[in-house]
Amino acid sequence: MGVIRFDNVGRVFGAKSNPFVALKEIDLEVGDKEFVAIVGPSGCGKTTCLRLVAGFDFPSSGKVLVDEQPIRRPRPERAVVFQQFALFPWKTVHDNIELGLRNQSVAKAEREERINRILELMNLTAYAKHFPHQLSGGMQQRVAIARAYVLDPDVLLMDEPFGALDAQTRVVMQEELVRLARRNPRTVLFITHAVEEAVYLADRVAIMTRAPGRIKEVLDIRSIREAEDWDSYEKIEDVMDLESFVHLRTHIWRSLREEKAAATA
Amino acid sequence: MPKRIDFMRSVLLGFLGLALFLGLWHGLSASGMVSPLFLPSPVEVLERFSTLLERRFAGATLPAHLAASFERFAYGFILAAAIGIPLGLLMGWFQILDEIVSPIFDGLRFIAPIAWVPFAALWFGTGIGGPIMIIFAGAFPPCVINAYRGAKFVDPRLIEAARMLGTPNHRVITEILLPASVPSIISGLRVSAGLGWQSLVGAELIVASTGVGYLMVMGQANVSTTTVMSGMIAIGLVGLALDTALRFAERMIQRRRGLEV
Ligand SMILES: Nc1ncnc2c1ncn2[C@@H]1O[C@H](COP(=O)(O)OP(=O)(O)OP(=O)(O)O)[C@@H](O)[C@H]1O
Ligand SMILES: [Mg+2]
Repeated sequence: MGVIRFDNVGRVFGAKSNPFVALKEIDLEVGDKEFVAIVGPSGCGKTTCLRLVAGFDFPSSGKVLVDEQPIRRPRPERAVVFQQFALFPWKTVHDNIELGLRNQSVAKAEREERINRILELMNLTAYAKHFPHQLSGGMQQRVAIARAYVLDPDVLLMDEPFGALDAQTRVVMQEELVRLARRNPRTVLFITHAVEEAVYLADRVAIMTRAPGRIKEVLDIRSIREAEDWDSYEKIEDVMDLESFVHLRTHIWRSLREEKAAATA
Repeated sequence: MPKRIDFMRSVLLGFLGLALFLGLWHGLSASGMVSPLFLPSPVEVLERFSTLLERRFAGATLPAHLAASFERFAYGFILAAAIGIPLGLLMGWFQILDEIVSPIFDGLRFIAPIAWVPFAALWFGTGIGGPIMIIFAGAFPPCVINAYRGAKFVDPRLIEAARMLGTPNHRVITEILLPASVPSIISGLRVSAGLGWQSLVGAELIVASTGVGYLMVMGQANVSTTTVMSGMIAIGLVGLALDTALRFAERMIQRRRGLEV
């Protein structure tokens, strides 16, 4: 299970005398095993949303619920992939992935088996004994994803996970994530700046307004993907050429452009 | 192999500096401008140094005095590290402990270790307890401060990552704060060893009946400047060895983490 529900959520930062409203009246539901992407202008509160679900931060008003339960603290059932990877630099790839399993007191033999399986899935087997700084950005991000995935979480929270990668690596990672998500579906809340990425990966895309952040619009991608059979294309660029894809992308672009224009007006 | 050449170069330059220093010293004492009692020549000091290696002075040979000093130092230093590092980490993790301890600590650490001599002698005697306390007074603050800084400035995302992976609160200290603080802790230990070793000699000048400091006081009482200088050389050599050992430990740890050094 892993249903996320934002119920009229607000988040105010700063002193009472000088409050800053980061989130206002957020209503959003992410269904079990659904992949929802949030896009929005910089500083609109996307990371704040994700931190509320992770349990790193708490709403000032309203409720954030997972399976109808309020969130009290971070849990491995809600695994996070950070934008800057946040790997432990003093641990090897293997040991980074192992920590979560050790915390759950998984027996040694089973730990090794699960680590080996995820390493293979993420093409990292040869790098098990490497330290993070010895890997490229793309590999580090795969380790961060492996570290989260190995725990078999109900919910996967990803904050611009590919933001630090170059364009080519990014495409490879997107395709890999789609493969992983199809094979092993999870509830995913995915934050990104990149409109194409959101349309390519998500079942639904939520567009946020500039601060104070609200959900402006939620687009259903999945029905179009299924109707147009995007999954039959192997390469991301083939999907991106489809008229249905271009149409969605342009729609989101316009919507975001309006926010930027409003911000500068 | 530019690295190797760099190393050779720095060794050669180091020796050049040493040779210049000894030459200047020797020239000054050989010129007859200063009396040998005022400034003994390096040759005399070296002779005295090698004599002291075998012959007893002030109750023991130089190595025996050094061993006595080093034993005190080791106890004081290990005690300071064993209490200081955990305390610093805990202060970095638990705000409340930080608020309780910091004011006292910040006041006490400005008292020079040597200023504790009267109380050290009163409370712990002049045998081993008193000197240990003075070494502790010198070595403790850098241990605490560096462990504290290390823990305080750990990337908060690493702590969040650990918590999201289900690491219990108390294990975040050992899994994250401690390893993340290792570089800071080691540089703290180097400062700490230096201050501890310095304080020790100061303490022995006053409260001990063995040790290099004691040897130097007795040398002074016997108007043997060569003995005093031999003590100084021994102190310097051991200090250098200590620092080298800790730097080596630092390199080993970095290598274990896959960092080229
Ligand atoms: N702990 C905090 N204290 C004060 N203000 C904060 C805090 N966290 C976030 N904010 C503010 O809330 C707003 C939203 O921040 P958030 O990080 O959620 O934006 P974002 O949409 O993720 O932006 P970006 O796309 O640039 O990552 C920003 O204006 C930020 O300055
Ligand atoms: Mg953000």
